Amino acid sequence: MTLTDLPMLSLLIWLPIFGGLILLMMPAEHRGIRTVGLVTALLTFVLSLLLIAGFDSQTYEMQFVERLSWVRAFNIEYYLGIDGFSMPLIVLTTFSTLLVVIAAWEVIKDRLHYYLAAFLIMEGMMIGVFSALDAILFYVFFEAMLIPLFLVIGIWGGPNRVYATLKFFLYTFLGSVFLLLALLYLQFQTGSFAIPDFHAVPLTLNQQIWLFLAFLIAFAVKIPMWPVHTWLPDAHVEAPTGGSIILAAITLKIGGYGLLRFALPITPDASMTLDWLVIMLSLIAVVYIGFVALAQTDMKKLIAYSSIAHMGFVTLGLFIVFRIFANTNNGYGEVLAIEGAMVQMISHGFIAAAMFLSVGVLYDRMHSRDIYAYGGVANRMPVFTAFAVFFAMANAGLPGTSGFVGEFMVILAAFQANFWYAFLAATTLIIGAAYTLWMVKRVFFGEIANEQVAALQDVNRREFFILATLAAIVLLIGVWPDPLLSVMHASVENLLTQLAQSKL
Amino acid sequence: MPFSLTNPSYALPEMLMLGFALGLLLFIAFTGKDKMNWTFALTQLSLFATALVIVLSMGEQGLAFSDTYIKDSLSDVLKLSICLINMLVLLYSHDYLKDRGLLQGEFYVLVLFATLGMMVLVSASHFLTLYLGLELMSLCLYALVAMHRDSFIATEAAMKYFILGAIASGMLLYGMSIIYGVTGSLALADIAVAIDSGMLNNTVLSFGLVFIVIGVAFKFGAVPFHMWLPDVYQGAPTAVTLFLAAAPKVAAFAMLIRLMVDGLGGVQDAWQDMLIMLAVMSMIVGNLVAIAQTNLKRMLAYSTISHVGFLLLGVLSGTAEGYAASMFYTLIYALMTLGGFGMILLLSKQGFEAEEIADYKGLGKTQPWYALMMLILMFSMAGIPPLAGFYAKLTVIKAVVDVNLITVAVIAVLMSVIGAYYYLRVIKVMYFDAPEQQLTVQVSAPARIMFSSNVLLVLGLGLFPGSLLAICVTVLS
Repeated sequence: MTLTDLPMLSLLIWLPIFGGLILLMMPAEHRGIRTVGLVTALLTFVLSLLLIAGFDSQTYEMQFVERLSWVRAFNIEYYLGIDGFSMPLIVLTTFSTLLVVIAAWEVIKDRLHYYLAAFLIMEGMMIGVFSALDAILFYVFFEAMLIPLFLVIGIWGGPNRVYATLKFFLYTFLGSVFLLLALLYLQFQTGSFAIPDFHAVPLTLNQQIWLFLAFLIAFAVKIPMWPVHTWLPDAHVEAPTGGSIILAAITLKIGGYGLLRFALPITPDASMTLDWLVIMLSLIAVVYIGFVALAQTDMKKLIAYSSIAHMGFVTLGLFIVFRIFANTNNGYGEVLAIEGAMVQMISHGFIAAAMFLSVGVLYDRMHSRDIYAYGGVANRMPVFTAFAVFFAMANAGLPGTSGFVGEFMVILAAFQANFWYAFLAATTLIIGAAYTLWMVKRVFFGEIANEQVAALQDVNRREFFILATLAAIVLLIGVWPDPLLSVMHASVENLLTQLAQSKL
Repeated sequence: MPFSLTNPSYALPEMLMLGFALGLLLFIAFTGKDKMNWTFALTQLSLFATALVIVLSMGEQGLAFSDTYIKDSLSDVLKLSICLINMLVLLYSHDYLKDRGLLQGEFYVLVLFATLGMMVLVSASHFLTLYLGLELMSLCLYALVAMHRDSFIATEAAMKYFILGAIASGMLLYGMSIIYGVTGSLALADIAVAIDSGMLNNTVLSFGLVFIVIGVAFKFGAVPFHMWLPDVYQGAPTAVTLFLAAAPKVAAFAMLIRLMVDGLGGVQDAWQDMLIMLAVMSMIVGNLVAIAQTNLKRMLAYSTISHVGFLLLGVLSGTAEGYAASMFYTLIYALMTLGGFGMILLLSKQGFEAEEIADYKGLGKTQPWYALMMLILMFSMAGIPPLAGFYAKLTVIKAVVDVNLITVAVIAVLMSVIGAYYYLRVIKVMYFDAPEQQLTVQVSAPARIMFSSNVLLVLGLGLFPGSLLAICVTVLS
């Protein structure tokens, strides 16, 4: 029996959900809680590695396909499958959840079993989002994951958590109802809810523009793009470390993935007509939000704004392809743009997770996220400082780290679209370095600021292990991005073919 | 036309119910208050027996009693759900009524007669039967609301309900008489034929239609005919609120289908616009006003108004699929409402009504299981997957998208976002606030078990909505 015979995707979706349900039913003080959580997350991660092993990167066709009728009366199917876009994101999801489980080990004291259960259930749903090929199934997972995240921020969050979590929920819910309308309208046009059918349906420009705007609202809120980004800093600041990791590493990527899976292939002509809008918003995110980040004194808020700026590269990369099509014909710049966007998503997943973890390490010790509460941490936590500086460098896009690869690819591609796009995008190398390194300087270097800092203990083995793993991955993608690129290459080529053909 | 007694067996469930109700009336007249457990058991038995007869007689279809009475798969399914819903209502409310000294035989008799009224209404194929069923149901409901006669607020609610309900019935009757004047018939099938002939005076027909729509809207509680609903829901004893929030809406749905589709389907263009107005206003007013409520019963009342708006979306689309969507919505709504008011009943005890939202503070800590149940209900009402409420909303919105009423669909989804806010607030109170008091659940074990199954069914139907949806599509195609 080979891997492809097993319902791998179903296993990946339901194993963590099942583990989460077991945790929900365990008594609060049970000794096995951590074990169950860790084993489930670990098993899911291993399963996702098997997914890599069985993945055929030569084809753009959907793989590991499972297709069952679900709601016959409305032709809704349980239809799963992955391609080069979704596979890396699934692995990112299983890895991040594993991190969250380990990071919660002794930090979360109140109702740990619910905490772990929420993240495991959320993991299943996020994998569902990345593997759903039926529009309603996608929407179900897309929406359902709001429930655990809402509770995580609301129960384990900071002082202003109620405001933050309500804002987060309502913002994203507002975005996604338009997605639902768009999906229903497409079903009305095609008679099916299968996403591949949506890709093939011809649509007039007018229809496409409305659909595109609906997609854009839904996914722009998730990414988040300026000006619908305001929920993210609030949510990040109030969320517990695990919540921040999942928010930054995965939920933001769902927005980018949505654009790739829905907006671009379903409405290519509208995407081309309105690409200026997305490009403009992306550049605003990169430049303006970068400056906003510079002004923050709350570390989590700073990283949240830097996330928005980095996600600007993703949307920029996805939407400059039309300009590159128009300018050149070498078939090289477009690939660079889309692959750059994808690499940026994956890399940001690891770097943002690492940054939030680092803040978490400090917060667990000092219970403050204020930059000015720190100073001279390097004197007391040398090992931790080494990691933190490395991640900060990666966040600033230092060559040799994964942060450099994605941004560099997008900037290179942007030169083929328009010099000024590339110029504005490249300013991030200065602004990004400014806000990240300035934070590092104030927190880690200089004289020991106060007695609390003086009493700091360096990272323990558990924290060291997590940070070291992340550092290794960031470095690996930074120096050898080729395996990641080759996995998605066929899918990127296919997407570009779809984009090049008008649907009119 | 002479009245003929054809196919009397089609009305077997109603006859059985009538027999039981009369028998129960005699039973309580000759037994004392100490036999209340028997009364309760007998009532449940009658509902169960009726449900059983309905199930056994499924499949036969046709008209009875000179075409005034119809038995089709729609009526079977709706009657069955009415009986089952009412069984749950009685189970949930038993201890609540007992604690408040409201456990009287009259309650059960009135419930049975109201159920009979609903069943007649569901099977009506003639204006007379329809009105008969409607009034039998309504009069029982008025009396039930007034049951707690020492309560000032309940009396006021009953008064309001009675007067406004009577006006609504008057409107409906007036509309019926005008339609009769134009078409020359009271039988819905004949009216449909007359309208299809295209030889009628459209102005007069529309005039009658307006009054019929108003009458139906009153019974549903659609805006702008919703004024009675929050006061009655809040004022009535919670057990009665539960009763009148659930099954009568199913009956009202049947009335809507019988009148608008079976009878007046030919003037769909005319009533579609009216229903759009009603639906849109109900969704907007219901959701916006619910935000301001601090009393859970009142909040659920406004939420009912918004649900009515959503429910109308399916019918106004004018397609068979849309009717099925509305029916699905109605049934899911009934399930969720049973859970919502059931929760209040479960947590209330002697001298304490758990009806302020603030009473639920910290329920996630003090009663984790029931808080989880409430969480499921609230997310379901907000229309978040994977809960049944999501599919209910999905199907009705799909119905309007399929007839290209995109603007209505946009308003509907926007309103569901606004609606999410007040449902989330309940969850916030339960999970994010610290407990202030220890709430306990003291009701009997069967009630607790059924309540949990009820809520888990909301989750189950969210994961596998296919079979119920298929039933709705089949009975309405």
